[in-house]
Amino acid sequence: MDRAARGEARVSGRLSGIGGRIASVPVTLFGLLLVTFLIGHALPTDPVLAIVGDHAPPEVVARTRAALGLDQPLWMQFATWLRHLMHGDLGRSVMTQRPVLTDIARFFPPTLELATAALLLALAAGVPLGVLAAARAGRWPDRIVRVIALFGQSVPVFVLALLFLLLFYARLGWAPGTGQIGVVFDGTVPRRTGMLVLDAALAGDWAAWRDALAHLALPALVLGIYTLGIIARMTRGFMLDALASDYVTAAQARGIPRRRVLWRHAFPNVAVPLITVVALAYAGLLEGAVLTETVFSWPGLGLYFSVSLLSADMNAVLGATLVVGAVYVGLNLLADLAYRLFDPRVR
Amino acid sequence: MARRLDDITSFDPAESYEFSNNEIDGNCYRRLVAPDPDDARRLMGDVAAAWEAAPDGSRFTFHLKPDVTFATGRPVTAADAAFSLARVVRLDRAPGFIIRQFGWTADNVDRLIRAEDARTLVLDVPRPAAAGYVLHCLSANAGSIVDRDTVLAHATGDDLGRGWLARHTEGAGPYRLTAFEASDHVTLERNPHAAGPARMARIVLRHVPDPSAQRLLLARGDVDIARDLTADQLAGLAGDPRFSLVSAAQATSLYVAMNQAHPLLRAPDVIAALKWAVDYDGIAAWLTPRTWDVCQSFLPSCLPGAISDRPYRHDPDRARALLARAGVAPGTPVTLDFATAAPSADIAQVIQANLAAIGLAVTLIPGDQRQVITRTRARRHQLALMGWGADYFDPNSNAQAFCENPDDGEDGPLKIIAWRSHYRDPAIDAASRAAGRETDEARRMADYATLQRRFMATAPFVMLLQQNAVAALGPGVAGLRLGALPDFTRYGTITRH
Repeated sequence: MDRAARGEARVSGRLSGIGGRIASVPVTLFGLLLVTFLIGHALPTDPVLAIVGDHAPPEVVARTRAALGLDQPLWMQFATWLRHLMHGDLGRSVMTQRPVLTDIARFFPPTLELATAALLLALAAGVPLGVLAAARAGRWPDRIVRVIALFGQSVPVFVLALLFLLLFYARLGWAPGTGQIGVVFDGTVPRRTGMLVLDAALAGDWAAWRDALAHLALPALVLGIYTLGIIARMTRGFMLDALASDYVTAAQARGIPRRRVLWRHAFPNVAVPLITVVALAYAGLLEGAVLTETVFSWPGLGLYFSVSLLSADMNAVLGATLVVGAVYVGLNLLADLAYRLFDPRVR
Repeated sequence: MARRLDDITSFDPAESYEFSNNEIDGNCYRRLVAPDPDDARRLMGDVAAAWEAAPDGSRFTFHLKPDVTFATGRPVTAADAAFSLARVVRLDRAPGFIIRQFGWTADNVDRLIRAEDARTLVLDVPRPAAAGYVLHCLSANAGSIVDRDTVLAHATGDDLGRGWLARHTEGAGPYRLTAFEASDHVTLERNPHAAGPARMARIVLRHVPDPSAQRLLLARGDVDIARDLTADQLAGLAGDPRFSLVSAAQATSLYVAMNQAHPLLRAPDVIAALKWAVDYDGIAAWLTPRTWDVCQSFLPSCLPGAISDRPYRHDPDRARALLARAGVAPGTPVTLDFATAAPSADIAQVIQANLAAIGLAVTLIPGDQRQVITRTRARRHQLALMGWGADYFDPNSNAQAFCENPDDGEDGPLKIIAWRSHYRDPAIDAASRAAGRETDEARRMADYATLQRRFMATAPFVMLLQQNAVAALGPGVAGLRLGALPDFTRYGTITRH
């Protein structure tokens, strides 16, 4: 096979690999939705009675059940939901009485904002700490980093959240109170994306921007500490493997400075597997953090999801599951693509 | 004001059935009659200046005040009142039964509820009942008067403005809704046309689901009022001179239901034994100080006709003797369903211990509130620790729920508390219905007193506690009036120095 033909074969192989991954997305999401639907219907909660109340006569209960399609067989209910989904209709939430799409547009952006901020904090601190721990393996910097990582992953998030609120807000006054933005700015920032830090910047309202950023800091720090633990530990582990490699030994033998060996030789090889870790960590943050959202009154997807599940509000549950599932699948796909981009061995 | 706001579905009085939206509606709308703020059991005219009731309860004539104005500036007329009540009947949403129970239907409501002129509203009642009963129902949130012209101008198809009123208020109350962000905040601004305008120009309610966060916000001064503090948090504030606490008895009860489908729980001696086994005072003193008080009647003390009898106390020896007489062997198992939200989880554990002391082995079955309600509605419980809030401020609300079960079959017409536990006592059922039909108010209250005593003596329910709503006010804040029902809570008198 000549060079051009080999090149063509490589490209088509790459494309078919990517195409195969993309083609599996709908199948994955379908399976996820089906399982969620079945589990949701197994819950011992009747959503109809939450709407009509205790005194509704039987005919009102029956009429409401029929209007919601809950009198149909399960397979028909699921098929109907899928059919509406094809038209971009996620149905109406039984609890909020709003279209689920409206609810998700309301609650997902704050989660995206919080998750992104938490991840950036975790990356900014977790990666250098992981590299430091590996470079000083067995010595006190390594021990300190491992304690920090253990702390981040062991302390319950809601305990950390309350402690931070007590310390940084109530005692020191360094952070503002709960919510996405202060009362003074309620309704003043046009909601274009739902991420108020971004919306305030787009509106050029820098006072509101500073306030929104200040409100974001503490919950992002709480979630960031938890994620930092994961990233620091994984970075340390990958770095230890890389630092034990022959090419690192060779680089050191050639007299290349330690810092250069760490960051220019070892770390690029660690970055590739780290992509998957970061992608999964980000996906985990994006599904919402119920307890953090509760303590900080953050109007995110986690709280919406959990309340909907406990109310057997299946339209909302399926809609939120679709979003979370798409996020997981999408981030995994991006991680795979990044792998292929950065690791020539995978190509 | 910091409180939970994630239960809001609709602000339409014809549809609103949750605590938060009812409370907000209570400050944005007025009704024909309203409870006296100093004594909720007394009714006074709100939009109505005066009224006459036929002796047999078949007709009410209301004469409206001339100076009541909607937030739009339009005067409130009898036509608005008639329209408001008619749409509740027509829409027939969750709270619709409060008005419909007197026989009004979509077919007859225009004929039977009518404006004779701008200031006179006539209600012909197909199913006459005591005047107090009808008036208390008209004082419920479902009886709120909406601005007919504005609502119809925003109606879509034949929805009678339901879509518009879900997110807007068109009332004559001291406030109007100006901003709502789901699970975030609600902003109310003063209605400039209200007679006796509100003291505060704006009230902002912030959704703060965590009580600890509410406590910290109050301490820092970032909120002026915290509404959902726990008993121990309130205890901590009570001794602090910077803060003040306001409280009001609620028409909300906590009780243990005994499912009569379970053979063990049918025996009168077993029913009595459970009532003697519970440490009522211990629960109230140690688990729920300030927030729940002992109440052994199905009528909380704030409701008209409530009695304060307390026939039962913690007497494990007596309870044990009753169980022995019933032939119940020590260690007999029984389950107790309960919601994991506070204070039910702690109370359930105390009840488990109390019943263990008399020889019953209780297995606790925790669940989310909605799951427990669904399970009891499906009648799958044995014992269940449940809560009940009166739907309207009349003894009939609770009497009907606890005492009436005309048909215990699966298709029974009344599927409330008595039905769910297969409780059917024809004599008590009949007495409750008769009290609901009694048109002489004094006789009616006497009937309810008798009914409560008979219920306490024989019914398979351990009535435990009634709720006290407590709000913590920050420095310089005063005037919040908590109501026995959410829509009786008033913001208009709040001041801040």
